[in-house]
Formats: sequence, structure tokens, C-alpha cells
Amino acid sequence: MPIQVLMPALSPTMEKGNLAKWLKKEGETIKSGDVIAEIETDKATMEVEATDEGTLGKILIPEGTADVAVNTPIATILADGESAADLGKASAPAQAAKAAESAPPAEAKAEAPQPKAEKAPAALAAAVAEPDPEVPAGTEMVTQTIREALRDAMAEEMRRDPDVFIMGEEVAEYQGAYKVTQGLLQEFGARRVIDTPITEHGFAGVGVGAAMSGLKPIVEFMTFNFAMQAIDQIINSAAKTLYMSGGQMGCSIVFRGPNGAAARVAAQHSQDYSAWYSQIPGLKVIAPFSAADYKGLLKAAIRDPNPVIFLENEVLYGHTGEVPKLDDYVIPIGKARIVRSGKDVTLISWSNGMTYSLKAADELAKEGIEAEVIDLRTLRPMDTETIVNSVKKTGRAVTVEEGWQQSGVGAEVAARIMEHAFDYLDAPVARISGKDVPMPYAANLEKLALPSVAEVVAAAKAVSYR
Amino acid sequence: MAAPKKSVVAKESGQEKANGSPPEFTKAQELAALRDMLLIRRFEEKAGQLYGMGAIGGFCHLYIGQEAVVVGMQMALKKGDQVITGYRDHGHMLACGMDANGVMAELTGRRGGYSKGKGGSMHMFSMEKNFYGGHGIVGAQVSLGTGLAFANRYRGNDFVSLAYFGDGASNQGQVYESFNMAELWKLPVIYVIENNRYAMGTSVTRSSAQTDFSKRGASFNIPGHQVDGMDVRAVKAAGDEAVAWCRAGKGPFILEMQTYRYRGHSMSDPAKYRTREEVEKIRTDQDPIEQVRNRLLAAKVSEQELKAIDAEVREIVNASADFAQRDPELDPSELWTDVYR
Repeated sequence: MPIQVLMPALSPTMEKGNLAKWLKKEGETIKSGDVIAEIETDKATMEVEATDEGTLGKILIPEGTADVAVNTPIATILADGESAADLGKASAPAQAAKAAESAPPAEAKAEAPQPKAEKAPAALAAAVAEPDPEVPAGTEMVTQTIREALRDAMAEEMRRDPDVFIMGEEVAEYQGAYKVTQGLLQEFGARRVIDTPITEHGFAGVGVGAAMSGLKPIVEFMTFNFAMQAIDQIINSAAKTLYMSGGQMGCSIVFRGPNGAAARVAAQHSQDYSAWYSQIPGLKVIAPFSAADYKGLLKAAIRDPNPVIFLENEVLYGHTGEVPKLDDYVIPIGKARIVRSGKDVTLISWSNGMTYSLKAADELAKEGIEAEVIDLRTLRPMDTETIVNSVKKTGRAVTVEEGWQQSGVGAEVAARIMEHAFDYLDAPVARISGKDVPMPYAANLEKLALPSVAEVVAAAKAVSYR
Repeated sequence: MAAPKKSVVAKESGQEKANGSPPEFTKAQELAALRDMLLIRRFEEKAGQLYGMGAIGGFCHLYIGQEAVVVGMQMALKKGDQVITGYRDHGHMLACGMDANGVMAELTGRRGGYSKGKGGSMHMFSMEKNFYGGHGIVGAQVSLGTGLAFANRYRGNDFVSLAYFGDGASNQGQVYESFNMAELWKLPVIYVIENNRYAMGTSVTRSSAQTDFSKRGASFNIPGHQVDGMDVRAVKAAGDEAVAWCRAGKGPFILEMQTYRYRGHSMSDPAKYRTREEVEKIRTDQDPIEQVRNRLLAAKVSEQELKAIDAEVREIVNASADFAQRDPELDPSELWTDVYR
């Protein structure tokens, strides 16, 4: 029976790709390992190798086709003795083709996972979003991925200030392990876009030293999981020096990269560091959700004279949103945003936690519960006022985060609500968080370990006594 | 001690010299070195006293015995070059030209201290004197000093940064991460390893597989020398060579300064890991200050002239102790300042 070749998943995050080119023609003989096609993902162009032998019977997806979903049949291979007449019989695709990256081999480190659970459709956020008070009415909006918004923010700041440079693993020639620094090397050159060895502790220290002498480094960690190697320099050197020097010597530096739960990369690559960094005086900690916030807050972080931890989310990189087309779109650090107004219960979240909160708000609306959704955006300094004002209105609050619950950011939010709005509370604050276990690899367990929309909905109903 | 200077990558550095005495100092250089080393010694002795009186708290690591290292290196630098070190840092600050009053007042935690009293012994800085600390985490200053050199390279100037660290810090991983990047990017940084034989209470031979620290950069192709760190002239000569190497854009250089600390690791160290005789022998035979004094006397400089230097230094130190004890404590509102700017 003819064998179907399926559109392969070339990274944990990939859901679709473009069929860039066929390298074999119909009727050509194919051996296992032959490169038969090239596929563009949002991160790279990859080669597809055949895993079966035979003849390329029929190309089902012509080259140049965009957005082909993973597992779509793209071609049929005829085995020995089969002919075109057998094509109709093809069924039960055995296995997808194997992919080999044409560029340097991307090991586990470089792979960006995607959440199985909920995906944050930017359209959803946009549909319900309150108007952004920072954007003048009538401003033209550009649809961008978060990846592009980050790149543009860095490029704009590098054009503006010659002291700004970026360093990290694979940021230059590879164009970014997650393609966030794409094109920066070409525009700014190797002096300002610097590939480092795999040496997190060392290059974090080099970055801090450069910042102490007045430069403004952007230090990219391939993920914040690897920044644990560098955390001494981040906290002991970057965060504390201004104070220890009596205000004499500070450190204007941004540490950025993907943080938090990815997908199917297990415990060592799936940790949320929001709570860790947000505990440290001397650091500012930013964890945005929308594309516009990613851009405006990264620009603010680069300009800030203090060390800033900028927590991105791998899962969100490919998501699109509306970004204001302004020459200088800078969002103030430390301001939360009410993304959806409501009177019955306040959902407080940030980064990918917003995905669950916004979907939960939709679900709750169907049952007549109007949830107010707050995107904290900055974790330190935390915008207590926006949280407290909302809770004074709704009397009920649920925090939603992917990180662990003990000593988590949700615990801090709950404490602040208790301190500042105790008399307004109609129910104890509920916390939805990642489960108190290292992240499992197994798909079903991983899903259980993360928060879910259903949990947020249930918590919102519980605090509403419904 | 006093091992002959060896060139580890002699061909690359091209500076191997015959064993023997380092180049002579002029009388003016000898006098300046004597004065600067004496200032450090008297300052540290006074700090030790004040600690005993309870006027200085916390950790206090004295530099007594090692004075020739910073004084000789400083003589090889020019204005604009940067210095960074670890926690045994009072000598480095004085050698950089920082004011004794400000350093002593920092030790007593008063508002006139270099960090307004918020940093203490291990954390002082002076942007004006290009002194970048004063760092309490062993080895951290090596990456930071490499970053200072990175900034010089980025800006295209010809300044050099000096990262001082000890035989103990030499075993930290980030030292080698920094060596790798420094040589890879040809950064103008001199790694000055102050080998005073003991990492707190652990001797070099008990902690280090390779006890020739000048070779610690060999696998990165970083040249290095072992230097008699008790002879200020040898230090200065080695510093000149390393500075020239860095300014010429050839990348980093390692200088292992073979030195000795007379006092304990910190004020609370009973120093049971070495004998009294060992300390006495070095004090008697190799003291960096006595070496200079003896040369000056042999060159017919009068006792009186040397005594005048002594007196000047004592006056500075006594004044700093007075200032540091009279200076007011911080206003409580200072608790909340300087967290952000």
C-alpha cells in the first residue's frame, strides 16, 4: 500500500509550516534519508528526509503552500511494484517524515515548545481588551508576532543609543535560538550583536561589568532555566551594587529570555522564575502578555537605569497582536492593565497565565459572571493600587500563575489584598497555580501540572459562592 | 617565595628575562612606593585596632604583607585604567588614591564612608578613581573585571582593567569562563592572582591541582608570569609588561603574585593552619616595606627623611580613625535610598 508522507512537526512548538520547496519530482526514486523537501517554520528552514524507500508517487501539497498543518499528508510514496493506480489506496499514514535541520544541529536547548493545554489567541485578547490608555486614539496598529515586537524594540533602542548591545548564546549568526534577534547582526554588526560561548555565569558577569562602566547590555538567556547558573551575578552583583555603593555605581542592564513552562521539555526546562526574581530589591521584573506590551515594556526596560529581568514566554513568541505604530512606544514599568472590565470577580494574572484568565472570563460570562481581568505586566514594582481598586469593586479575587504556589507571586498578591482590602473581601482569595511537582514529561501529566481554564472557572465560581 | 620569574608562554610574550634582580627604581620611585605601602600597612593596623575596640563590625580582611602587589601594579597603570578586586580590598582602594577618611568611615559604617556606610569593608567603590569594588563573592570580580575590559574594547579606547583575585578564587568556575571569553575576544584585562598561599585556612597545596597559577590560562593561550610579589620593583616590571601586552590589543595577561598575608584570613581567624615560625620568617626575610627601606638606607637616604614619611602616614591614618569615629551614623531614612535610581 502506498505510504503517505505527513507534514512533520519540526519543533515542539510547531503547529503549521510553509512547504517551501520540493527537491524530488513525481516519479523519482527515493531512498531512506534522501532530502525530499524544505519546510519553513517560524524559526528556521528545515529539510525533510524520507524515512521510506520507493518512488515519489504524488505530491499532494505543491511547493509555495503556506500554513500547512502538522500531520497533513504532503506526498505519497509508492513501494516496489506499486503504480500510480495504487495511489487511491493510500491510508493509515505510518509515520511522519524525519526532519534534519540544515543549520547547526538544534539540540534540546534551542527548541521552543508549545503548550498543549491552551493557546492564547491574540484575537481573543484584542476582542475584549479595554482601550489602552497609553495609545492615542486613531493610532494606526500593526499586526505583529511577539517575536517581531521584541526584535523591533531592541532594534529601535540600538538605533537610538550606541551604548546598547546584545549578547548571548546564538543571538548573532544563528539569528536567535528562538529567532527573536533575527536580522540584528545584519543591521548592527558583530561589535554590538555578540555570540557568547555557553557560559551563562561568565557572560552574565561580563555584562554586569560592562554595565558598571556605563554600557547598556541586553543579556539574552536562551531560557531562564539556564540563568540559574548566572543568578549570583544577577542578584549579588547587578541588583545590590547600587545600594552597596551608596548610590554611586549602578547597573543598567536587561536580562531577557523565555521563562516558565514550555511544552514537553520536562522539569529542568520548564520552570517559572517570576517569584524568584520578584523577591529581590534592586531588580525590576517584567512579564508581559500582549505583543504591544512586549514591545513597549522592553523599550522601557532597556532605557531603565536599573537591572531589569524581562521574562518572556516561549509559548507566546509566535502569537500575534496589534502593536501601535508609533515612533517611540514606551510603556511605563510598574503599571498593571485592566484588560477586561467586570464587576463580579477579579482575575489577576500575567504572562501566559493571562491565557487561562481570559478564556475563563469568556466561560464565566456565559454563566452570567462578569470577571475583571488584570494583567500585572510588571511584577516588581507591583501595581498594588490597580489590584486593590478592582477588588474593592468586585469583593472577590483569583490569582492565576503557571509557577508554583508556595511563596509564589499569587501568594504575594493575596497578601496585599488582605492588607489593603480585607474589609472589602466577600471570600478568601483563591490561587490557581502550577502543581507542586517538578514538571512531568508525559503529555497527560504535564497538562495536569499546569493550570487550566476549568480550574480558573471553578475558583471564580467558588469565591462567588456559585 | 622569591621564585625566579618564569614566563609560561615565553614565545608569545617575548619577554623572558634572565633570572636576577628586577630593574632598579629611581629614588623618587622608591620613596613613593615606600610611602604608599606604609600608608596601607599603618591603615590596616589601625583598622585592626578599631575592630578590636568594636568600632568596626562584620568581616574585616587585612592586607598586611601584600602591600607590594597593589602598589607596584598601580605604578604600571595610567589614569583611566580600572581596578576591581575581592573582599581584601582596603589596600587596593588606598593605592588607587581613594581617601583614607572615606575608607575608614565606611569600615565604621558612617555617612562619610565611600558607600555612605551601606557597603562596609568588602563593598566600596569610587567612580572618580576608577575603582569598581570591593566584591564579597569569591571570584565574581573576575567576570566583572572582564566586563570592564569588554567595555574598553567596545568603546575602542586603550584602557586596561585589572582584576585582582586570590589563589582561592582561582578555583572558581567563572574564572575560566572569563579567561575563555577574554582571550576569544582579545580583551585588555590583566588577571592579577594574589597567591598568599592560603584560601582562608586551606593551603594552596591542599586545594589546587595546579599550584603554578601563572599556568592557569595556558589552555586558553593566555600568557602568564610568576612574580615575586614581595618585591615592588618586580611587581612593577611585570605590570609594565602585562599592561603593554593589553594596550597593544593582544588580549589578557595573567600575573601570579607570590605574596603572603601576615594576619589571619579575617579578624576571627586563629591561623592554626600555619606556624608562627613560617610567618616570622617571611616577615624577617622578605617584608616588602623593609626591602625598600633597606635599599633607601643603603643609598644613603637619611633616617630622618624616612621618619618624615612615617610621620606623614601616621597622621593620615590617625586622622582617618578620628574622622571615622566622630562622623555621624546614617540618617534612618537612608535605609530606603539607593535601591533604585
